[in-house]
Amino acid sequence: MLRIPCPCCGLRDEAEFTYGGAADVVRPADPNDAAGFADYVYFRTNPQGWHREYWHHAQGCRRWIKVVRHTVTHQIHAAGWPQDDLPLPAGPER
Amino acid sequence: MSGFRIRNGLRTDAARPLTFRFDGRIYTGCLGDTLASALLANGVTLMGRSFKYHRPRGLLSAGSEEPNALVELRSGARREPNTRPPLVELYQGLEACSQNRWPSLRFDALSVNQWAAPFLVAGFYYKTFMWPRRFWRTVYEPLIRHAAGLGRASEDPDPDTYEQAHLTTDVLVVGGGVAGLTAARAAAAAGARVVLAEETAWLGGRAVLDRERIDGAPAEAWVAATAAELEADPKVRVLTRTVVAGLYDHGTARAVERVADHLPTPPNGWPRQRAWTIRAKATVVAAGGHERPLVFPDNDRPGVMLAAAARDYLTGWGVAAGHRVVVATNNDDAYRTAHLLAGAGVDVAAVLDARTAPGPAPARAAATGLTVLPGTVPAGVIGTKRVKAVDVLEPASGGGERIRCDALLVSGGWNPAVHLTTHLGAAPVWSDALQSFVPTLPADGPVLAAGLAAGHLSLPDCLASGRQAGADAAARTGHAGDPGPLPAADAQAEAPIQALWSVPASGPAFVDPQNDVTVKDLVLAQRENYASIEHTKRYTTLGMATDQGKIATVTGIGIVAGLRRVAPAAVGTTTYRPPYTPVALGTFAGHAVGLHHQPVRRTALHDWHTRNGATFTEAGQWLRPQIYGHPGESLFDATMREVRTVRSAAGICDVSTLGKIDVFGPDAAMFLNRLYINGFAKLPVGKARYGLMLREDGFAFDDGTVSRLADDHFFVTTTTANAGPVLAHMEFAHECLWPDLDVALCSATEQWCSIAVAGPQARKVLVRALPAFDLSSDALPFMGVRAGRQDGVAARVFRISFSGELAYEIGVPWGAGEALWTRLLEVGQEFGITPYGTEALGVMRIEKGHPAGPELDGRTMAQDLNLGRMMKKTGDYIGQALALHRAARDANRPVLVGLKPVQPEARLRAGAHLLDPAAPRTLDHALGWVSSCQYSPECGHWIALGFLRGGHGPDGASRRVTAAFPLKDEWVEAEVVGPCFVDPEGSRQHA
Repeated sequence: MLRIPCPCCGLRDEAEFTYGGAADVVRPADPNDAAGFADYVYFRTNPQGWHREYWHHAQGCRRWIKVVRHTVTHQIHAAGWPQDDLPLPAGPER
Repeated sequence: MSGFRIRNGLRTDAARPLTFRFDGRIYTGCLGDTLASALLANGVTLMGRSFKYHRPRGLLSAGSEEPNALVELRSGARREPNTRPPLVELYQGLEACSQNRWPSLRFDALSVNQWAAPFLVAGFYYKTFMWPRRFWRTVYEPLIRHAAGLGRASEDPDPDTYEQAHLTTDVLVVGGGVAGLTAARAAAAAGARVVLAEETAWLGGRAVLDRERIDGAPAEAWVAATAAELEADPKVRVLTRTVVAGLYDHGTARAVERVADHLPTPPNGWPRQRAWTIRAKATVVAAGGHERPLVFPDNDRPGVMLAAAARDYLTGWGVAAGHRVVVATNNDDAYRTAHLLAGAGVDVAAVLDARTAPGPAPARAAATGLTVLPGTVPAGVIGTKRVKAVDVLEPASGGGERIRCDALLVSGGWNPAVHLTTHLGAAPVWSDALQSFVPTLPADGPVLAAGLAAGHLSLPDCLASGRQAGADAAARTGHAGDPGPLPAADAQAEAPIQALWSVPASGPAFVDPQNDVTVKDLVLAQRENYASIEHTKRYTTLGMATDQGKIATVTGIGIVAGLRRVAPAAVGTTTYRPPYTPVALGTFAGHAVGLHHQPVRRTALHDWHTRNGATFTEAGQWLRPQIYGHPGESLFDATMREVRTVRSAAGICDVSTLGKIDVFGPDAAMFLNRLYINGFAKLPVGKARYGLMLREDGFAFDDGTVSRLADDHFFVTTTTANAGPVLAHMEFAHECLWPDLDVALCSATEQWCSIAVAGPQARKVLVRALPAFDLSSDALPFMGVRAGRQDGVAARVFRISFSGELAYEIGVPWGAGEALWTRLLEVGQEFGITPYGTEALGVMRIEKGHPAGPELDGRTMAQDLNLGRMMKKTGDYIGQALALHRAARDANRPVLVGLKPVQPEARLRAGAHLLDPAAPRTLDHALGWVSSCQYSPECGHWIALGFLRGGHGPDGASRRVTAAFPLKDEWVEAEVVGPCFVDPEGSRQHA
């Protein structure tokens, strides 16, 4: 079980959260950009390594947060608010 | 004491006898016994039958790895299959039965399987039951089902309770042997909080059972003193009878404590078992190890036992494994067994040492009068239900002899219990010194290993590694205090082990006794190119029994390495997965069973509904009244009565379960514009509007009403099922997509009790119940909203209609709900008002063609629901881009239609496929489906909503389809009509 450092509540169990998917996808500004929206909705990079992602603290403060997690080791490098620019750790992906 | 009990053990109290039953016979053991030691003490050696060949089996081990002597424990609802007797602590009146035998353990009909063994090799099932095909159902499946399985699980509900509990600590120590105790003591001395979990009821592990000495005293004295020291330390918690089943991410461990399994039944208020979730910053795995059996023909006969297990039974329980024993080994450790048994007066006939260079151990043994046969191996066993003799082979010369004995004690070396160290992904590595795998763990990681689990065989090494691991673990959690002294112990130097994976002699030689996997099966798997050890495992079922490969896996790897002519390191291991030992399903459920399976949500009016004859239906976690039936009335009749009363007079319905969300803020209107397909910026205060929201992929998500209570305050309703998801969706949109919008969101579902009043008399009822409100059509037209107070209580009146009648929804604070409800019924009595439930609600919404759950099923779009006209032409909203995408505008998508049977008495069914009547009756020609269906009292026939390609065609054109329900062989001809069956002009709701 992951333990997620919610910026509002502190270190909490994964069971309190709902996974919210990749955080690096950007919703296109132009509503006529169907191809851009198809990318936004359907295409993900699925990296083996560090991954910025959203989690919803549904059973806690109910805030959406952004987490930098390693998809292989499950290590969590950083957590912040959705607008925070969370840099990925330097070095190789694994 | 009779049988093989030769003295009192460290753990037994012979002065306190206990009686128990095995296969119906009464035996006597004593306090401190396990079921295994008590049966052995009574001379019972035949305890079970093997899985495939039904061969007679007895105890192999003295721990949780036991593969052979599995029993059904207890009876009735508490009957538990595949229980391992070495872990079962004896209590007065214990009942156990052998399993996988019929009609009896001594005579088992299916034991003929062992004569068919040449045909029952690996892959037998895959190869044999293929043809003829028709035999599968009639012959093969019943046959396999009869033969399958070991013990029988109880089919009654589990009468016991299971608890789930949490612990947070700095250091978790797994294993209460001397390495674990030393680690716990060192970590605590350094300042860390410690939890120590020990699988058995006893601390001290092998050092005690091997009669070792620590700090100049018998190990048991040192263990008792250390346990007392830990007990006295408030930072330390020791959990016995607790197995750590798995290590998970971020320091989470799952453990199961057998709270009451050592008692006949759990005392009142006790759980049977407790599932611990332990969060530790560092974990020391000091789980010990498992001795490997030797592989030779008939090595599974009752009386063949692990050498260490034999001295466990002797030291712990005073029980000798036999009167005259032979020890067979490839390492020095088994000499301990020979010395201890000989010292206790047991006749040790011979020690077979397979090694070509056995070191000084044979000479030391010979000096005490033991007979050692260097360079010899066991090559066969005489006796089926009990060892009678062992055939000794000297491979170098080919010579041999037969030695009479009643127990053969074997040791093939030790496997460190690396399981937990690998759960987080660290792969174990091969050690030549141990001829087994040892853990590799990152130097700065949260998992450490100590003692035998880390690959240390001698007592001083185990103690030193325990202290080091305890100190390191504490340091990794920020506690760098003095870990205290290293306990002193001596050890004789040991000669190295010499690998002996299998003895080259003919006959069934078992690698995995529980799954009856023999050397021959491994040979076959290699010959058929299931070369990877993971493939070998699955093809032969090696290591897939309930012992999870503790007995067999490493030996199997050694044999496969020999067959492939590579080093065992090149073969590698299979994956060790949680749980470490079998875990009762009840521990996963905990208290969440029966009524407590999930929370039950009840509305403010629940008690009234109960008192007034409501039948409830589940809507997610909510309970909603389905009907308010009169005595003797059927569900259908009650529904029809309620619908007719609403449509002709008035009805009242509890709609509190709909989701309610308050949206506040100066940007609230803009925010809702981006969530719904239709616009809200121009919605005046005091007005409500139907709204549909899409997912970003363009499909319909949820619908409801949006009411504007103030310029910067909207009140949104959702469907009952989507209250939570819609709020999460809105929060995502606000926090992740448009944080610049100044809005605040708040769930209000459980703050407002909502009551719908519908029917031609609704206004008259409401005027009497809410005199403070002006309810005239001018003041409160259709889709109007008024907020105010009645008798000092806040109230909101929404003139909205789901039934199509003149209707209102009134919201009052949750606690005021029942007062308003009873007042409405009271004043409505003279107008013939009735409460109505979800069935009547469903009939009326289908009559009106309103979409609900079956229509908003995640596959339909606004256009499919005939709501395409609502979609804003300007501005951006969630789902717009893909909803308007070319594929979504496919004119051939099924769209919402109404259906009525051509034969008025014919019944339509939800789930029916809509077919072209002219086309063949196959689903290849399906044009759509029926989503909702009810009998309409207003129409006098069944009506349905469905989705149909091409819709109901151009105005006036009549179209017919076949509603096919092949499961009931129903093919009903239906006419396609508009989805609104009642009052399509809407004159009633506007009245």
